[in-house]
Amino acid sequence: MTNTPLLSVHDLKTYFMMDEGVVKAVDGVSFDVRAGQIFGIVGESGCGKSVTMKAVLRIVEPPGKIVGGEILWRHQARQNGSSDAHVVDLVKFDANSKEMRDIRGAEIALIPQEPMASFSPVHTVGDQIIEAVLLHQDVSKREARNIALQMFKDVGIPIPEQRLDEYSWQLSGGLRQRAIIAMALSCNPRLLIADEPTTAVDVTTQAQVLRLLRRLQEQRNAAIIFITHDLGVIAQMASYVMVMYLGLVMEQGSVDEIFHAPGHPYTQALLRSIPTITMMPRVTLPTISGSIPHPFNKPRGCPFHPRCGKAVAGKCDERTPALKPVGEKQLVSCFLYHDAEVSS
Amino acid sequence: MTNHPSASLRTSPIAPSPHHLLEVKNLKKYFPIRKGFFRKTVGNVRAVDDVSFFINEGETLGLVGESGCGKTTASRCILRALVPTAGEMIFRTKEGASADLAKLSRAELRPLRPQMQMIFQDPYGSLNPRMTLFDIVGEPMYVNGVKNRKERVERVAELLRLVGLRPEYMQRYPHAFSGGQRQRIGIARALSVSPRLVVADEPVSALDVSVQAQILNLLLDLQKRMNLTYLFVAHNLSVVRHICDRVAVMYVGKLVEMANTLELYAAPKHPYTAALMSAVPVADPRIKTGNVELKGEVPSPANPPSGCYFHPRCEFAVEICSKDAPLFREITPDHFVACHRADELRLSGIAQ
Repeated sequence: MTNTPLLSVHDLKTYFMMDEGVVKAVDGVSFDVRAGQIFGIVGESGCGKSVTMKAVLRIVEPPGKIVGGEILWRHQARQNGSSDAHVVDLVKFDANSKEMRDIRGAEIALIPQEPMASFSPVHTVGDQIIEAVLLHQDVSKREARNIALQMFKDVGIPIPEQRLDEYSWQLSGGLRQRAIIAMALSCNPRLLIADEPTTAVDVTTQAQVLRLLRRLQEQRNAAIIFITHDLGVIAQMASYVMVMYLGLVMEQGSVDEIFHAPGHPYTQALLRSIPTITMMPRVTLPTISGSIPHPFNKPRGCPFHPRCGKAVAGKCDERTPALKPVGEKQLVSCFLYHDAEVSS
Repeated sequence: MTNHPSASLRTSPIAPSPHHLLEVKNLKKYFPIRKGFFRKTVGNVRAVDDVSFFINEGETLGLVGESGCGKTTASRCILRALVPTAGEMIFRTKEGASADLAKLSRAELRPLRPQMQMIFQDPYGSLNPRMTLFDIVGEPMYVNGVKNRKERVERVAELLRLVGLRPEYMQRYPHAFSGGQRQRIGIARALSVSPRLVVADEPVSALDVSVQAQILNLLLDLQKRMNLTYLFVAHNLSVVRHICDRVAVMYVGKLVEMANTLELYAAPKHPYTAALMSAVPVADPRIKTGNVELKGEVPSPANPPSGCYFHPRCEFAVEICSKDAPLFREITPDHFVACHRADELRLSGIAQ
């Protein structure tokens, strides 16, 4: 039972049908997330990391659309304390259906990137959390308030009784981030999706938030999908890492494999190009030539080949490599390791 | 005054030296808080509160701190984008004269402006979308006396090549370029009037990781070629370590520490610096960081705590810390710190 993944995404494709053409934001992404795992997703802008998560929550805004693949979720019916688990495909549900609304927020919760934009400024933070609790749990308003209060205590907000009745704009950046985490946790989700939860905060607040997430994950044994572009945060938080580039998975593996034995040239180049706290200062950093292509002119074949030092002409620019295992847990999509390509 | 280890060490970093390009002495910038019908001043936000430091010619000084610590306000005062409330900013001009930027009038500042330029954080917000690259990069030259169009075209082409862009792009508009390329345009604009001091306010924080390295390399390369002096304002401590010769740390409007980069990172003397260092997530899963947790929140610069501003969050605070503000003094040569207990504390930096 513990080996069946909590979330299993297969060949997910999410396209944006724009007037100018189709943007293939997520173009065949597969991964598994297990209970209790901190699953890191790294990638630069436009790699599709946020769109993948929006697809899982079924909150992709039009003109975006899931055009293929499946999102298998191990659903646990909550009624009468029974714990019969069965697997459902979230792609089959209507985005606004009762089934999807029961899962979204209750079983899969989101910690969004911008805590300021995520709270309503005209309702107190307490009321917003209580609303979420009432929506998903069969409790009275008073009990819901107690749950919200307990959440505030759990995430370490000082004087929680008073903070519950304040508005989001009265809270500092760090407190607001804690409040949004409290809201995400209020319905005991089994999967928490944290989309760049610390990019808007300072490093000391970031350290507090990361520590909090790690502690909550250990206590509740929830899984966390952690999305970021900060390789330092990923190294410190995740146990398993997926690297994305232009809508495709470049590499997956344990955090140690990704940082100490990266297989894909993109992962290797990315790790080399960041200045680290242990290297010689003021030396010329190895760079990745060029810049990320515009999503409308994605290169043919492997999306990284125009910037790749190891690209093979006639191969990498013609065919797209598939994600195949190269180690015990590591998967790489690169022709340097195998010859399997994505069937189109 | 606390005990001094040696009489030759300075009590303040404002002793003049011929190597200094800029000396900032007791710089203050207060923003008044006004209330009521008569807009009476009821208090001040002390964004920059008695800050003193210097920058040597040809070096990079990093100014770090968390949001709201006053690092951007301080850098804007130096460029006189803001008028400081008090203090001196002695700039050594190209001709070798000394000018106090804080006292000069707008007209007197004008001939000095080309010597001090700025690189901005947001490459999307800092370029006018209705101007071509030629207009953007050429405008500062035009304003400063290069009225001949042909000459400007030649100089712009040269500058674009210098920052790694093709001169043929001169007639294009900024929207045709990616974030990294836009940042190169901003750098070309700053360099168009041959500045000596360049203030770079978070120049890479809006860029993707793979592009960040290109811009850092460019900044280092340009510094070598043109003998530029950088004031590098940033919050990413890994980037600061990579590019800066010396680093100054700010907390709630005050400088708490200033030292050679490697010394500061290996052996910080101020508990706040040590806490900042330990909060940096290292991109190696085998090194676990974040062991020192800094409790509480950054105080408001409108209502700072008594004594040392850091004392309510400091695990080493003693009685004197809540009473007297510590002096910003030299503890070992070129290592300045504002902490009562700097001589006795043994703080750990980042393991090398």
